[in-house]
Amino acid sequence: MEWISAIMQGTLLGGLYALFAAGLSLIFGVMRLVNIAHGDLIVLAAYMGLSTTVMLGIHPFMALLIVMPAMAGIGYVLQRGILNRTLGGDILPPLLVTFGLSVILQNTLLELYSADPQKMNAGVIETASVPVGGLTLGVLPVLTFAIAIAVIAGLQFIFYRTALGRAFRATSDNSDIAQLMGLNKAHVFGMAMALALAVTAIAGILLGVRTSFDPSVGGARLIFGFEAVIIGGLGNLWGTLAGGVILGVAQTIGAKIDPGWQLLAGHIAFLVVLAIRPQGLFPRVDH
Amino acid sequence: MPDPVLSLRKLDAHYGDFQALFGIDMEIAAGEVVAIIGANGAGKTTLLRSIAGLLKNQAGQVSYQGDTIGALRADQVAQKGIALVPEGRQLFPSLSVEENLLIGAQTGRAGQWSLGKVYALFPILKERKDQASTTLSGGQQQMVAIGRALMANPDLILFDEISLGLAPVIIKSIYDALPDIVGDGMTAMIVEQDIGKALSVSSRAYCLQEGRVSLTGATDTISRDDITRAYFGVEA
Amino acid sequence: MVIAALGLLVLAAAPWWAGRADLRLLGEIYLYLSLAMLWNLMAGYAGLVSVGQQAYVGFGGYLLFALTMFGGLHPIAAILAGGILAGFLSVPIAALIFRLKGAYFAIGTWVMAEVFRLSFAQASSLGGGSGSSLPVDVVRSLADSRSGREALSYWLALGAAVIVIACVYLYLRSNRGLALTAIRDSEVAAAGLGINIWRTKLEVYVVTSAFTAIIGGLIFLQKLRISPDAAFSVNDWTAFVIFIVVIGGIGTLEGPIIGTILFFVLRETLADLGTTYLIVLGLVAIIIMLKAPKGVWGLIRSRFDLELFPLSYRVRTHDADKGA
Repeated sequence: MEWISAIMQGTLLGGLYALFAAGLSLIFGVMRLVNIAHGDLIVLAAYMGLSTTVMLGIHPFMALLIVMPAMAGIGYVLQRGILNRTLGGDILPPLLVTFGLSVILQNTLLELYSADPQKMNAGVIETASVPVGGLTLGVLPVLTFAIAIAVIAGLQFIFYRTALGRAFRATSDNSDIAQLMGLNKAHVFGMAMALALAVTAIAGILLGVRTSFDPSVGGARLIFGFEAVIIGGLGNLWGTLAGGVILGVAQTIGAKIDPGWQLLAGHIAFLVVLAIRPQGLFPRVDH
Repeated sequence: MPDPVLSLRKLDAHYGDFQALFGIDMEIAAGEVVAIIGANGAGKTTLLRSIAGLLKNQAGQVSYQGDTIGALRADQVAQKGIALVPEGRQLFPSLSVEENLLIGAQTGRAGQWSLGKVYALFPILKERKDQASTTLSGGQQQMVAIGRALMANPDLILFDEISLGLAPVIIKSIYDALPDIVGDGMTAMIVEQDIGKALSVSSRAYCLQEGRVSLTGATDTISRDDITRAYFGVEA
Repeated sequence: MVIAALGLLVLAAAPWWAGRADLRLLGEIYLYLSLAMLWNLMAGYAGLVSVGQQAYVGFGGYLLFALTMFGGLHPIAAILAGGILAGFLSVPIAALIFRLKGAYFAIGTWVMAEVFRLSFAQASSLGGGSGSSLPVDVVRSLADSRSGREALSYWLALGAAVIVIACVYLYLRSNRGLALTAIRDSEVAAAGLGINIWRTKLEVYVVTSAFTAIIGGLIFLQKLRISPDAAFSVNDWTAFVIFIVVIGGIGTLEGPIIGTILFFVLRETLADLGTTYLIVLGLVAIIIMLKAPKGVWGLIRSRFDLELFPLSYRVRTHDADKGA
């Protein structure tokens, strides 16, 4: 029973990892950009949530109403102001520029908020639990998982059913020809980054409610998101959710064996998948 | 000639250090269908890419409906009503047939062309509308490429080698459809290696040779010999 | 050549003319220069943009401690053994992470470094998460006096830097270096010439990893104390190294040298600013990457057309892509 409980906890944790991963996956899909600062942007969102809740005295989930548009705006400006200039055949500029961005973000947060761990207070929901078939599940992890499913379904809808998603796919296929159709590549990429960072805002708030955070934890969030993407298979958002679940389960089972093994077990699960199925478990099948 | 729709003034084009066009002057009137002919590497595709904004020029080198558009980006040129049917079709593989057509309408320009009218012109596309564009035959893909350009309701449409790589019977059916397309006052430029085809649908022709205009005139007045000379730069 | 030899002689004599703090700083500079040279070979020439070389820095450091404490090896022997073991260990690691392309490769290397960090944090005999100090008798085995030890550790750092620079230079001038440059210019064309891309990159990865571990051993021989967080720090052993190479000029041999000098000048003048210093460094790196991707050396070179290490074959090419 304890093991089943651990697996359930891990599964729910996987929802959070899928949220870390979704933005990463989206921008890679649209513009082949891997954003090394992605984890630090998640942490930035958590701090923005913290400041919003403290200043306005509102619930962290209400803070999303401010943090999501703010992060989307930051994403758009970041993309058009800096990241668009790094895109091209060479992988070095985007990698090194986002790496520099990561260092800047981390140290700016350190300057503003100090290295002390912070946490957002979400009230009773943090400790509430529901009994499910003999198990007791936390309401917050269940809610997080449900949000992850909703976000991924929403992204799928945008990607495959809307004009914006059509523009993303067309620009990703061939940006020159997309430009001929009246799509401004710089704007389309800006919109993609805005959407990705809006999702990041959700991930950041949920992270900050669930655990304490400090400016240095971004790197690990990037790695978890990345591992979920690779385990699930590139270009498949539902696969990314599955990847997040596998990572989360590996971590909780590892922690059950020995607390020091929690993160290591997750990395080992990732390396095993990389060794036996480098394309991931559920890669996109191009029709 | 009355006010031209499109005029080029000493248009140059470069790829890095390589100069592909040298001082091209050209004027095209509203409703005209003009053929651009020339040997491989003469600069025909470069000319269309320059007009469409995929290659940057100085603003004044390209004027369109009274505006200087040489320095605009391709999406801005598209908004102004110029559409290009690119060489090799270049459909979006991630998009279905219908999505490829819909994205052509992205500019939101009003006009007579709609999904329904494109389907009426090429009925086979309606049957295949939910298929991935990559599963179509070459001729059907060319129909999508043409339909996609029409969906933008352009005033000026540029065709780049639309017969390339297609079977003669397909080429014939596409060229048979052309009068329907340009019949309603749309201005068109047709780049072709197949001179006969190009001249059969156009009223005027320019011949390019090594990046320069080597011959120009009404299609019914220029002779075979003129063309050969202009094409190859030698006495026939 | 003569100037270089004289300069080297002056630097080698530093224990007699420099103070203790200066000696330490110079030693640190040489070790950073070596790390930068190695990372530049990997990222700038072989296209293997790693953000996980701290794995090997920490590995080399930890092996120094483990092999001297439990294997009874002399510290220098332990450092060399650490390098060789790192080389062997890097082969299966490469087999795994080479499956990731481009930027994903970069994050994959970071995961590997995390695996290293977490694994060494589990080793309770090496102090677990809090780390350990090098035992006094091991330190004594280097030299009896403190100044003798400091001089030796300085010479080791200087020697390592000279060897790394020489090796990288000679490698790039060899046939294999040419193959590497061909791959960098065009993988497709290089494959057409019969160059085994995977093998060439593997060689570079293994050799740089082995050398990086040796440098790591020397770093922690200077520090005499190790902990998982210090040994596998992404900031100290990767971020700074990347900034050095980018600011100096990636994909050039002179770049890391210029970058190291600039980095330490900046650090010594701005270090009081703390985190602001890191923000400035990040900004400078981003601006350089966007405005002058060939770095400071690239700017100098475009103005004066000179070369410290004659590597390039001076053929002027004009690219004529397509005319149609």
